[in-house]
Amino acid sequence: MGEWMTVTDPDLSSESKNICQYTSETKMSPSSLYSQQVLCSSIPLSKNVHSFFSAFCTEENIEQSISYLDQEQLETSRREMIGLQERDRQLQCKNRNLHQLLKNEKDEVQKLQNIIASRATQYNHDMKRKEREYNKLKERLHQLVMNKKDKKIAMEVLNYVGRADGKRGSWRTGKTEASFFLRNEDEMYKILLNDYEYRQKQILMENAELKKVLQQMKKEMISLLSPQKQKPRERADDSTGTVISDAEEDAGELSRESMWDLSCETVREQLTNSIRKQWRILKSHVEKLDNQVSKVHLEGFNDEDVISRQDHEQETEKLELEIQQCKEMIKTQQQLLQQQLATACDDDTTSLLRDCYLLEEKERLKEEWSLFKEQKKNFEKERRSFTEAAIRLGLERKAFEEERASWLKQQFLNMTTFDHQNSENMKLFSAFSGSSDRDSLTVHSRPRQKKPHGVSNGSPVCTSKLTKSLPASPSTSDFCQTRSCASEHSSINVLNITPEETKPNPVGREGTNQKWSMASRPGSQEGCHSGRSSTCTNSHVEKDDLP
Amino acid sequence: MNFSEVFKLSSLLCKFSPDGKYLASCVQYRLVIRDVNTLQILQLYTCLDQIQHIEWSADSLFILCAMYKRGLVQVWSLEQPEWHCRIDEGSAGLVASCWSPDGRHILNTTEFHLRITVWSLCTKSVSYIKYPKACQQGITFTRDGRYMALAERRDCKDHVSVFVCSDWQLLRHFDTETQDLAGIEWAPNGCVLAVWDTCLEYKVLLYSLDGRLLSAYCAYEWSLGVKSVAWSPSSQFLAVGSYDGKVRILNHVTWKMITEFGHPATINNPKIVVYKEAEKNPRLALGRLAFPPPRAAAGPASTTESKYEIASAPVSLQTLKPIADRANPKIGIGALAFSPDNYFLATRNDSVPNAVWIWDIQKLRLFVVLEQLSPVRFFQWDPQQPRLAICTGGGKVYLWSPAGCVSVQVPGEGDFQVLSLCWHFSGDSLALLSKDHFCLCFLETEERVGTAFGRPGDHT
Repeated sequence: MGEWMTVTDPDLSSESKNICQYTSETKMSPSSLYSQQVLCSSIPLSKNVHSFFSAFCTEENIEQSISYLDQEQLETSRREMIGLQERDRQLQCKNRNLHQLLKNEKDEVQKLQNIIASRATQYNHDMKRKEREYNKLKERLHQLVMNKKDKKIAMEVLNYVGRADGKRGSWRTGKTEASFFLRNEDEMYKILLNDYEYRQKQILMENAELKKVLQQMKKEMISLLSPQKQKPRERADDSTGTVISDAEEDAGELSRESMWDLSCETVREQLTNSIRKQWRILKSHVEKLDNQVSKVHLEGFNDEDVISRQDHEQETEKLELEIQQCKEMIKTQQQLLQQQLATACDDDTTSLLRDCYLLEEKERLKEEWSLFKEQKKNFEKERRSFTEAAIRLGLERKAFEEERASWLKQQFLNMTTFDHQNSENMKLFSAFSGSSDRDSLTVHSRPRQKKPHGVSNGSPVCTSKLTKSLPASPSTSDFCQTRSCASEHSSINVLNITPEETKPNPVGREGTNQKWSMASRPGSQEGCHSGRSSTCTNSHVEKDDLP
Repeated sequence: MNFSEVFKLSSLLCKFSPDGKYLASCVQYRLVIRDVNTLQILQLYTCLDQIQHIEWSADSLFILCAMYKRGLVQVWSLEQPEWHCRIDEGSAGLVASCWSPDGRHILNTTEFHLRITVWSLCTKSVSYIKYPKACQQGITFTRDGRYMALAERRDCKDHVSVFVCSDWQLLRHFDTETQDLAGIEWAPNGCVLAVWDTCLEYKVLLYSLDGRLLSAYCAYEWSLGVKSVAWSPSSQFLAVGSYDGKVRILNHVTWKMITEFGHPATINNPKIVVYKEAEKNPRLALGRLAFPPPRAAAGPASTTESKYEIASAPVSLQTLKPIADRANPKIGIGALAFSPDNYFLATRNDSVPNAVWIWDIQKLRLFVVLEQLSPVRFFQWDPQQPRLAICTGGGKVYLWSPAGCVSVQVPGEGDFQVLSLCWHFSGDSLALLSKDHFCLCFLETEERVGTAFGRPGDHT
């Protein structure tokens, strides 16, 4: 060991001294001295390790070297600690500085605020002073102005206007002043009270609605939570316990629902508390559900990759099988259907079917037939009625014609001097116009000299027939009238007979024959000759064949 | 939309009668009364000097013309054109004049706010009210016309006096805890009086009709305070607009703030519809220069068409930087108005002067922002429905309703710069006022307004 002590390098001595100084701070003890000494030489040791290596660790020095190594570690850790402590100190310094700055700023702000406050008070004081001065001036001015009021300040009005509400103003005496005051006070308080009452009503209504909503919420929450009482669930004991207890509580409370319309403190608190409780339960329930779902999700995710494919494949196989089966079934069914349709499978069935269809058709046809028959009957009825009506109409017309003829005859008689002939002609005329009898026709045929006239022989005969087929009678009557005025002898043209000048015929009837212009009846015209009596009569007869 | 022809006007004095039958307008010293539908002149009155203020009486039978320079007020009757009344304040001077709600008394405020003289048209009596306060809004009448609240200043303290209008009796007199009262306003239900302090201190006080203090509200200290106040038509809300660019809504039950509306310069929420006014006139092709050169670049005097475009979020609005060391800075909520059905609130932030913000009061959030090309001068709600008319001093009038918005050019030769506007009480027509002229704009009935806007109306 003596060798240790003696070896000291001059350039290393300073370092060692430093170290000594450093370590001297820590502790001074005999063991430390020893450690110092060890340290002193630790650096030279490292450098001159080779030269000393052989001499470092001998059997004698085992313990010493071990302790030396331990002490080395200790030193390094100590150094670290010291470094950290230094840093800590620096940071704390900074912190203190910042705190200090903050405090300074706050103080400054406070100071400035105080300054502002003091300035404000100063300004207020000054303002008040100025205002007082100003008020004094105003007073002075006011006095001056009021003095001058009688001359210049005036109101000039043409006439005083009535009050807006139409009432008269009242005198202001001592009594009425007080009454005015009281009345005003009363009115003011009334207004205020009305306003408060109105607002209170609004608020009560709002309260009632909100209470209803809360109660409903509570009920719904209870109903939501109570069904889950039955299901077993982990950690459900607490919740079910509370739910049951709540339900019991609420059952009791429900009976006292009417009390909840009152707005006293306790009732309000009860309601809000119970709702809070329910809400908490609901919340925890929902949270539990969330957790479970997330767990399931996670579990599912873990194995999904492994299992899912297999499952997937199995499922797809199953589905494919199903599809095939279905397709086969469809095919077989299609075939069956086709067979049925194509072949006349069972005669019985087909005939039955046919019979069925035929029956249906038969029934339908029957119905239609009956309908048709009914319609036919109706039509027949209608036709009969029409014919009757037509006959009636014809009769009426005839009657009318007779009347008119008689009237005309009278007119004629009145108007002109007729001879005997004419009167007879009139008779003939009347016979023509009205009747369908042949007898009237045989009245008299005299040679007519003067004016032609066309009298259709067949007209009375034909009229009965013709009236049915052709509505020519009105035109005939018109024509009759016109002609009657013009001539002594009237002529009747039933069918488009052109009123040409015809030769006077010995037979009145004949004249018309030549003028038949019925294109549809050429046959009749064959017999029409101008003025040949014999042929005319023939033709007349022929005409009877006309439809 | 039909526009009437343009008539002469001076000093923006054009008012509809309360019953909606007449329109009064002033040209220098003449007062012209027209029929609202035909715009024919029914009466023409001549006053003694240039008119500074006109006001209809509540029953539309009388109209007063105030001439402040001469200290005169002349009252004219519609029923009897030969009736005349002249009130001369003489050396006392005149700074303000208004009707009482019964239409039979005239309140004249003399110079320096020395006193208020109450002249009666029914009797020969005259009343005086001393020490009225010279402030932005010192007199307010309840909607039913029963009570009048007057701000007074005595011994360097603010007081409020409540008078009964029927007999001018003093009902209540109380002092307010304000530094320097800036304004008072009755709630529409007539039971609560809102009192607010000068802008140097944020304070809003609420007094009951009988003078009890119901509540005091203060949002913050030290910074500039209240700039504008508006009651909602149902008296449920009191909107307070302040210099910090926010509107705070107080509710009538607790008188505490229920929400505050900020007015930022950028809007990020895509649910909010932002309408930006854009010029329709396309720029000419480069190859051709029009002669005379297009006036699209000219300021408010341009007659180019414009339309609204919907801007997509985020939208940034034009802001105006206020001059820091001057009084009455152009920041804060300068204008506030509730719609008549209480659904919407329209505001203008003076630091974003081109925009009108429309808030949905049902949901208490921002609904629509309209940005114009020039600063918004004035806006007013239609008295019957939620339809807002805006003017910016240009030649157009802008209308917004929940169905959409439209920009309409006022037709006419020359430039008609709309400086102000005023609705007819039925909402069927709108008077547009410019410096020297006015014209009437007739709007279609409600069903057809929807089609005019291009979409059927829907309330939200």
